[in-house]
Amino acid sequence: MKILVLIGNVPDTTTKVKFNADKTAFDTNGVQWIINPWDELALTRALELKEAAGSTIESIFVANVGRSETEGTLRKALAVGADEAIRVDTDPKDAFYVASQLAQVAKGFDLIFAGIEASDYNGAAVGGMLAELLGIQSVSAVSGIQIESGNLKISREIDGGSQTLAMNLPLLAIVQKGIAKEPRIPAMRGIMMARSKKLTVVAPMEVETLTSIVTFESPAPKAACKMVAEDQARELIRLLHEEAKVL
Amino acid sequence: MSVLVYTENWDGKFKKVSFELASYAAKLAAEMGVSVSAISLGPVEDSELAKLADYGVGRVLSASCKDYNSLDNQAIATAVAAAAKHVNASVVILAQSNLGKAIAPRLSVKLKAGLVSGVQGLPVSLSPFTVKKMVFTGKAFANTTIHTAIKVITLAPNSFGVIENKVQEAIEKFDAGLTEADFTTKIESTNKVTGKVLLNDADIVVSAGRGMKASENWGPIEELATLLGAGLACSRPVSDEGWRSHGEHVGQTGKIISPNLYFAFGISGAIQHLGGVSSSKCIVAINKDKDAPIFEAADYGIVGDVFKVLPQLIEAVKESKS
Repeated sequence: MKILVLIGNVPDTTTKVKFNADKTAFDTNGVQWIINPWDELALTRALELKEAAGSTIESIFVANVGRSETEGTLRKALAVGADEAIRVDTDPKDAFYVASQLAQVAKGFDLIFAGIEASDYNGAAVGGMLAELLGIQSVSAVSGIQIESGNLKISREIDGGSQTLAMNLPLLAIVQKGIAKEPRIPAMRGIMMARSKKLTVVAPMEVETLTSIVTFESPAPKAACKMVAEDQARELIRLLHEEAKVL
Repeated sequence: MSVLVYTENWDGKFKKVSFELASYAAKLAAEMGVSVSAISLGPVEDSELAKLADYGVGRVLSASCKDYNSLDNQAIATAVAAAAKHVNASVVILAQSNLGKAIAPRLSVKLKAGLVSGVQGLPVSLSPFTVKKMVFTGKAFANTTIHTAIKVITLAPNSFGVIENKVQEAIEKFDAGLTEADFTTKIESTNKVTGKVLLNDADIVVSAGRGMKASENWGPIEELATLLGAGLACSRPVSDEGWRSHGEHVGQTGKIISPNLYFAFGISGAIQHLGGVSSSKCIVAINKDKDAPIFEAADYGIVGDVFKVLPQLIEAVKESKS
C-alpha cells in the first residue's frame, strides 16, 4: 500500500498577521513557516500505521505546491519519517489550482491524507477537490484511522457524535484533531537522513484559477473589556441581557 | 438562473443552520433578482420540508432515499450537482459544517465553479461576485472574487442569522439518478450524543480551560451550559490532557466557532485559542489573572476565581429565568 500525505506550508501559529500597504498581499517578512498543523497530525498517523506490526504499507510520500523556499517544510516531513517528497514548483494561487497541480502527482496512491483545512487561508477545499479530480471517494472530519488485516476502519466526527465506517481503497481521508495524539518532532538522526531522501521537483501544469483575493481586512479593533466585580454575577447577566442583548 | 441551497438534516429534522442558510439564500436571490430553491437529501417529512418556506425558500427538491443518511461524499456531491443543473443554479450555498466542508469542494470541481468557504454574510459585491471570508484563523478577513459563471459558497454559522419570511411552499420529489451501488460509505456504528446542543449550531457556548484544574470539576460548566441551552467547548490543553473530548476543542487547531455569546472560564487566551473564537459576537472571560490575554479579546470580564464565580452565575441565570 502506498500513502500520500498532502503538506501545506503555513505561517507559524503564533504569527502576527500583517499585510502590504494597499492590503492586497500577506506580508511574509519575518514569518516562520511550519507544516500545516492538521497535515502534521495526518503524517504522524500515517507513520504510526506504517510502523504497526503486520503493516503492508510500502512507502509514505509527502507532496506540496510551492516554490523552493517551501522545501524546508518538506524536509521536516522527511525528517520525521516520510520516505519521499514531491514538490510542484509554482505558487499556490487558489484551492482549485493547487488541487489540479496535486492531481498530476497523486495518481496511483491507495490512501491520501489531507488536513481538514490550512491555518492560513482556511479554505477546507484542496482535499475534497483532489478526491473529485481523481474520481475517488473521500471521508471528511476523520478523527481516527485503523487498518485491520487489510481493511480500513475510519472514525469520523458528525455533528454531535461520531461514526465508525468501513471504507474501500482508494480513499482520500480529510483529517482533523484526534487522528494522532502529538505531532512528531524530528530527531537529529532523522534530519541527517532527510538530506539524502528523494525530493522530486515537478513542473506545474497550466491551470486556470477560479477565485482571487482582492483585499485583506484586519478585524475591527475591540472596545475595551468591561470589567465586573467578582461578586457581581447578577450584574454580568443583566449586562448580557440588556446591554449586549445576547441572552 | 437561480440560487440553490443544500439544507442538511439529521434524522429527518433540519439543523438550525439550515434555516439560517434558507434565510440567507432567500435574501441573496432577492438581491440578484432570481429565484431560490433548496435541495434536501434523505427521508424528511413534507411538514418538515415546508418549514423552509417560513424562511423564504418555497421550492424544495426532496430526494428522500435513505441511503443519503450515510453522508457518502461522492453520492451527495453528485446529487447536489444534479439539483444545481435542474434549477439552473448560478449560486450554490452550503453550510460551513462537517458535511458542507466535505461536499462543497467536490461540487466546485463537478460544476467548474469557484468555491469560497466560510463566507461572512452577504456578498460585498454581486458584480464581480465578491464575498468576505475569514483567513489566518480569525486574524484577518479576505474579500475574494469568484470568476466563474457558477459560484459555490459555504456560509459561516451565525454570520447572517435566521430571518422569518413566509412564502408559499412547493415541494417536488427529486431523483438524482443514483443507485445503491453509488453509495460506498458503510456505517458500522454511530455514537450520537442525544440532547446535546451541537457546538457549531450553538448560539451560546460555555467553554473552559486549564483553570478548571481537573476533569471532575466540569459539573458547574455543564450545569451552566444546560441552563443556557449552550454548547460545550474547551481549550487545547484540556483536550490534550484528555479531560474533555477532542470534539470540544476550539482554537486554531480545533474547531472554529462564531456563536453570539462565548463564555471562557479559566482560559488564558493564547493567540491560537483566540483564532478559533474571535468571530463570536460577545466574549465573556472569567480568569484569576488580570493580565491574561483573553481580556483583550473579551467584551465583558471578571477577574476572579472561577470556582467562586460559577455558582453565582448559575444562580443569577436561574433567577433571570424565573
